[in-house]
Amino acid sequence: MACTHTMSTLIEINNLTRQFGDHCAVDDVSFSLNKGEVLGFLGPNGAGKSTTMKMICGNLTPTVGEIKINGYDMLEQPKLAKAELGFLPEIPPVYPDLTVDEFLGYCAKLHGLRKNSVKKAVTRGKLKCGLTDMGQRLIGNLSKGYQQRVGIAQAILHNPSVIILDEPTVGLDPIQILEIRELIRELGNEHSVILSTHILPEVQQSCSRVQIIHHGKLVLNESIEGLSQRMKSTRLTVRFHEHPDEDALKNLADVTGLEKLGQGKYRVHHHQDTPVSDTVARLAVTNNWGLLELTPEKHDLEHIFLSTTQQSTINE
Amino acid sequence: MNSLIIAARELRNLFLSPLAWTILGVTQLILAYMFLTQIDYYLMLQPKLVGLPGAPGVTDLVVAPLFGNSAVILLLITPLLTMRTISDERRNKTISLLFSAPISLTDIVLGKFLAIFVFLLIILLSITLMPLSLLTIGELDMGKFFACLLAMSLLMAAFNALGLYMSAIASQPTVAAVGSFGALLLLWIIDWAGTNSGHSSSVIEYLSIMRHFENLLRGLVNSTDIAYFILFIAGFLILSIRRLDNDRLQK
Repeated sequence: MACTHTMSTLIEINNLTRQFGDHCAVDDVSFSLNKGEVLGFLGPNGAGKSTTMKMICGNLTPTVGEIKINGYDMLEQPKLAKAELGFLPEIPPVYPDLTVDEFLGYCAKLHGLRKNSVKKAVTRGKLKCGLTDMGQRLIGNLSKGYQQRVGIAQAILHNPSVIILDEPTVGLDPIQILEIRELIRELGNEHSVILSTHILPEVQQSCSRVQIIHHGKLVLNESIEGLSQRMKSTRLTVRFHEHPDEDALKNLADVTGLEKLGQGKYRVHHHQDTPVSDTVARLAVTNNWGLLELTPEKHDLEHIFLSTTQQSTINE
Repeated sequence: MNSLIIAARELRNLFLSPLAWTILGVTQLILAYMFLTQIDYYLMLQPKLVGLPGAPGVTDLVVAPLFGNSAVILLLITPLLTMRTISDERRNKTISLLFSAPISLTDIVLGKFLAIFVFLLIILLSITLMPLSLLTIGELDMGKFFACLLAMSLLMAAFNALGLYMSAIASQPTVAAVGSFGALLLLWIIDWAGTNSGHSSSVIEYLSIMRHFENLLRGLVNSTDIAYFILFIAGFLILSIRRLDNDRLQK
């Protein structure tokens, strides 16, 4: 992927690799993120999502690779780079013995906020995460959902340019999930957000770009527009016993393309809302191609997710 | 500056748990009892000491033994104070809060060290009030008294640094406590072997914390002993920083 040096590139990851002994958790991952983008980070369990996020936040040193946050190198200028970051790890890093106000105040000070701006930042963070009435409560007595909100508040407190959230909606009730998604969308306007999740609809609702990681490798990097394009373009898988006349297939009305998949298998691309299965079948029967299979491919994010992850497993 | 923020939070957390208050209470109770028995002992000896030239005074017979006893109690309680510092953060995953904040590892370790040290100084202050009460009825040898305070502060810092390091390597607080208690006790008694058989090795003698501590407690402030403590403290603090860095480098 091309990484252009523009003012608005907030995260730049080059050839990131992390090895644990012989196991390669993250393998040569490169991407960049611009201001105002919300990146959804998808992948099955153990794919390397959390490892990648930990490396971006300086919690783990990469074996090879370069991480730049707003132009600052994480390894060479960690303090400057980390000042631009807000991180919510998988398990919210909260102290159960402190009240919400005390904890958020501590986080604000850790991030170098001056004494008079600490209070303002805490109030703003609480407001954004719906914690205004919880200031005096002990974090240990809060429900999991509220603890998660405290974790998110902690990550956005110092107004960082990059916010990284590792599974932010785990443990929340459906109403809270909607609120948090709304919050993430809102954050995406002023900051860059990376969001890891298992929940696919979440990505469609709050992200502007999607990446799928599998076995440590980046197998998909697509904008949400490109993705919905993929989801729209319905396709048809056909299999013939005999060798078909490819030109005849291509020239059918509404067919936009033909892909050869081998072993007599083809993928027919066609316009949306104009199913061509009927015409393809008739053509095959007339010409005695021996039609063995005719399946319309339906695409949603789940399907793309499954096919990309399975494909990369086969390629290995 | 950053380490002070961490120290303030750490100290606050310490006082939120009953542990800190219990330790303060129990230490004070036991030492007060020891102080009283020491005074009794002194009063018994006093008539015999009267005519003797260069006889030990109240500072030698009451104050120094009191601090000596409190050193042994510290040996037992410091591991309990330091055990949670790093291993608990690692267990509760709150360590990532510190790792992702714009602060250095040195700030983290120094912050933890300072918090426990301030707490230990509070203990020292409450112990010191006992010998100070003697000023109402007599005089203390102030030189020796301050040497005792110096000895105690250095000893506390040394115990603290070692406990912190144990907390950095252990995955569970209790393991850290057992580890630091074992290490401290061993360093305390390491020269017994030599002393008992009569021919002690100078290396082992140098390693013993007790030897250096007792010199200071007797009022002999010499640079070898102070250097020993400073090296000890700095050594374990640097090791803790290195160990914490290992969390990010883990292979």
